[in-house]
Amino acid sequence: MPSTAAKKSPRVPVRSGRPAPELVFGDLWTFDPAPETADPKLKPRYDLFIDGAFVAPKSGRYFDSINPGNEQKLAEIALAGREDVDAAFAAAQRAFDSTWRRLPGRERGKYLFRIARLLQDRAREFAVAETLDGGKPIKEARDFDVPMAAAHFFYHAGWADKLEYVAPGRRLEPLGVVGQVIPWNFPLLMLAWKLAPALAAGNTVVLKPAETTSITCLKLAEILQDAELPPGVVNFVAGAGETGAALVGHPTPAKIAFTGSTEVGKHIQRSLAGTGKKLTLELGGKAANIVFDDAPLDQAVEGIVNGIFFNQGHVCCAGSRLLVHEPVADAVLAKLKQRIRVLSVGDPMDKNTDIGAINSAAQLHRIGELVASGRKEGAEMYQPPCRLPAKGFYFRPTVFSGVSMSHRIAREEIFGPVLSVLTFRTVEEAVEKANNTAYGLSAGVWTDKGSRILKLSTELKAGVVWANTYNKFDPTSPFGGYKESGFGREGGRQGMLEYGQLA
Amino acid sequence: MVAPSSPPALRRLLDAIGTVDAVGVEERVAKYATRSIKKAAKVWGLRKAVSMVDLTTLEGKDTPGKVASLCQKALRPHDDSVPRVAAVCVYPSMVRHARRALGSGNGVRIASVATAFPSGQAPLRTRLAEVRAAVADGADEVDMVINRGAFLAGDFGRVQDEIAAVVTACGAAALKVILEVSELETYDNIRAASFLALRVIREGDFIKTSTGKTSLNATLGNNQVMLEAIRDHYLDTGIAVGMKPAGGIRTAKQALQFLVAVKETLGDAWLTPARYRFGASSLLNDLLRQLEKERTGAYQAPYYFSEAAESY
Amino acid sequence: MSRLPITKTPKPYVGGAFIRSESGRTFPVRDASGAFYANVPQCTRKDLRNAVEAAAKAGPGWARRTAYNRGQILYRLGEMVEARRDELVGMLVRFGESRTAAAREVETAADRLVYYAGWADKYEQVLGNVNPVASPHFNFTVTEPMGVVGVIAPDVPALLGLISLVAPVIVSGNTVVALASERLPYAAILLGEMLATSDLPGGVVNLLTGFRAELVPTFATHAHLRGLSAAVGAAERKALQLGAAESVKRVHFAAPESPAAWLADDAQSAYAIREFLEFKTTWHPVGA
Repeated sequence: MPSTAAKKSPRVPVRSGRPAPELVFGDLWTFDPAPETADPKLKPRYDLFIDGAFVAPKSGRYFDSINPGNEQKLAEIALAGREDVDAAFAAAQRAFDSTWRRLPGRERGKYLFRIARLLQDRAREFAVAETLDGGKPIKEARDFDVPMAAAHFFYHAGWADKLEYVAPGRRLEPLGVVGQVIPWNFPLLMLAWKLAPALAAGNTVVLKPAETTSITCLKLAEILQDAELPPGVVNFVAGAGETGAALVGHPTPAKIAFTGSTEVGKHIQRSLAGTGKKLTLELGGKAANIVFDDAPLDQAVEGIVNGIFFNQGHVCCAGSRLLVHEPVADAVLAKLKQRIRVLSVGDPMDKNTDIGAINSAAQLHRIGELVASGRKEGAEMYQPPCRLPAKGFYFRPTVFSGVSMSHRIAREEIFGPVLSVLTFRTVEEAVEKANNTAYGLSAGVWTDKGSRILKLSTELKAGVVWANTYNKFDPTSPFGGYKESGFGREGGRQGMLEYGQLA
Repeated sequence: MVAPSSPPALRRLLDAIGTVDAVGVEERVAKYATRSIKKAAKVWGLRKAVSMVDLTTLEGKDTPGKVASLCQKALRPHDDSVPRVAAVCVYPSMVRHARRALGSGNGVRIASVATAFPSGQAPLRTRLAEVRAAVADGADEVDMVINRGAFLAGDFGRVQDEIAAVVTACGAAALKVILEVSELETYDNIRAASFLALRVIREGDFIKTSTGKTSLNATLGNNQVMLEAIRDHYLDTGIAVGMKPAGGIRTAKQALQFLVAVKETLGDAWLTPARYRFGASSLLNDLLRQLEKERTGAYQAPYYFSEAAESY
Repeated sequence: MSRLPITKTPKPYVGGAFIRSESGRTFPVRDASGAFYANVPQCTRKDLRNAVEAAAKAGPGWARRTAYNRGQILYRLGEMVEARRDELVGMLVRFGESRTAAAREVETAADRLVYYAGWADKYEQVLGNVNPVASPHFNFTVTEPMGVVGVIAPDVPALLGLISLVAPVIVSGNTVVALASERLPYAAILLGEMLATSDLPGGVVNLLTGFRAELVPTFATHAHLRGLSAAVGAAERKALQLGAAESVKRVHFAAPESPAAWLADDAQSAYAIREFLEFKTTWHPVGA
């Protein structure tokens, strides 16, 4: 590839004499707090949702769900034990046999349309609940998580009576009962990703939300009731690892769908060996976001910021490795630092907050540990000056430059607002570095040249490639990983195929 | 710096200054619209916006009387609690009437569109003569239009030379260079034209989106592209140029969104009438209306404010 | 003293407004007992021309909407039909359908709208594709709407027939000028009121009432209509095809053999959408 370094001089400030001009991002015009005030309508205690009703756990045990933004308790969540999981699967099996599998696709679809509409109706309430429970900025819960969750129900509703088009030449039959386990980073959205295609294809479901973020899942159970979904078609069991193990190890489900860490994913895959059950896994990532010298740099910087700081970096497909073409490395880093200066970090409920709270104390600790390793291994760290709230779990947006492929921060998934910046010289080197990982969930490419985008999209071993954009999601667009980022796709026709058997 | 009139002129200029991705720009500016500005911050923003207004009348039916009442409004937009606007903006034939109405040294400047506004379709010497006449009649600022025909034909040298000639003709008057973004169409063109101007104008001059005489005027998107051009030019040369979106900004809410863009792109040093203006007429009364609402807590009727265009 | 009911003036829905014919002409419709019910506008060639203008004006904006948004709007239209189920059933009964048949027709019509609403963001995934060409090029085929499409609805079933023809045409971003059942134009009058309250932009669907013999020749020859979807008999088919040839118009005859066949699931499919799509293939090099 010909070097284009020579023409770039105007973009890299090289001056002598006067002090270098600087931009001032001070407090001349600071915004007053703008707290979202909609009522999340939380109950003090959430029971399990089994067979169409809220039921207390057999053990009588509950655990606290806290607000990571201020460490206060939000509600008590029922802890599902083995017996509860048994009851949920029994209900799901009954519902599958007696009602759901007999229902024409058209009528199944109507239930999903109802769920989509009822969720749209209560969108703000759910957004507030999501933010309180998970720590993400209200802006994101309001403008992304909840509308996107409704969109997933809407999209898959339309497939329910069109299954003959999903698998041309064959008939797509439901699998039966499906067990699903979802993570804490997009609680409601991941639930929609799992639930909607499973139901559209005619399956019934037992789903476990993550233990730190069960509230919107159990609130959705209210919507399922309002939609008059037949009892047992969807069952929610809350709890941590033990509950998850009981769900995954249960004999009833014909399929397990899991989104979470690669470590747990491998464990699940081992535990299903020999059972004949279907499995889809959506696991970790360490995506490369590759910026070439001909890229629209300001938009690339915006994409870098969106790629790593969206949802505090709690995103499996986060663009956590920035690969910058050497001719523009300084310019990109300078623009990136300026951009980070105006990110607002703090109270997730403030409508102006760009980066909210880290989901849990444990996750905050892990991020801190990996950042310390980055400093110890000699990478150069930048954090913008910003005041963090006294209570709650917060971490400053962090950019490491001078990172090499052997640094831990270039290899391990941090799952936090921490970016590692590496450089490259040629297309081939960019591809090599991007693919030099056990993960393969996603990648980003920034260049003005269309043929180069397609070349990279051909060579990158990743399930999603974003070109001149990043972190874009749509119900119609399949999502999922290569290699140790998992297998199976969610969304689109490919996603529907994961929830049926060919007859 | 820029080769004259060869077909790849735009490509070469973009190679030097970088391209713009339209979808990305629009995603960026959509975030400004989600900023929630309340209470003291809102009042600060509204007052700042009032002080940045170039109160404008540019109509064939303008008369000395109309201009005089505009000047009165500029000096005292509502009551003593509200700042004066930055400037009045009128046609060259009205400059002397504005000067008579405003007097001098009271803080409101006189801007005049010149250079065969809005089309610019007059010989260069005619355009320059118009600039000199406006300045001689008392204009503190001149709003010129660039030669869009030459730009679109790839004759960048001519575009830039003409701007340089107007800079000279302005003398001590500040210059605002109107790109007429709707005729340039693309963000790449807007960025390129911004740089053609930035490279020959002076500290304290402005670049400006539009004449207000076409269907598409200032938007957050083209404002952003121009702010980024100003920022890149400033960081490269140390020369701080101002920005003036014009046309289409009618509500206080819009004005605050534009100011958020300034705050987050160029920073505090541009939150001043010396470096940011709004070319507008009906915007002023909406700003006043929202200020009164903040002061009293009650939504205001439009006819409480002088020179209201609404007659209902 | 008994209360005298207020009778409704039937007006077809064109360009987002409820119009009378520019000609000032109407024709009387009578209910199943033969009693006078209302005067319905007898639309003319000029009304058709105006409707095509309205459809053309609405076209670009409608086609630019996201597929998701078009789907939501069609679903909303389904909600409107369901909400006025009783009124629609009563209308069909008044004009001679049995109550059971009327209920079935209205329910199927609502379901059909929901069916096509679901296609909005899916037909592209079924009908478009990437083509493995034998050169270093990325080659893909996508669909696009055609533009303004004329619809000639069957006489029976008046409501379900009209909806079954219109929905697959507009879901992809086409706009429609439709001629209602001549025997039962009142179905289109009510449908217009539902269209107007469904978030569908004005001009996307334009409904004309009037006489087939008068309007079919103009549907055939109006050059701005890019396609025709017609439920017509053999004689009219040939006339439409002859007229269409002049402007190379796509003509599709959608006519299940019997009125009952309109109710069946196979009266609906992705291929009904395909009839009014253009296919566009793009080549782009792959290389760093």
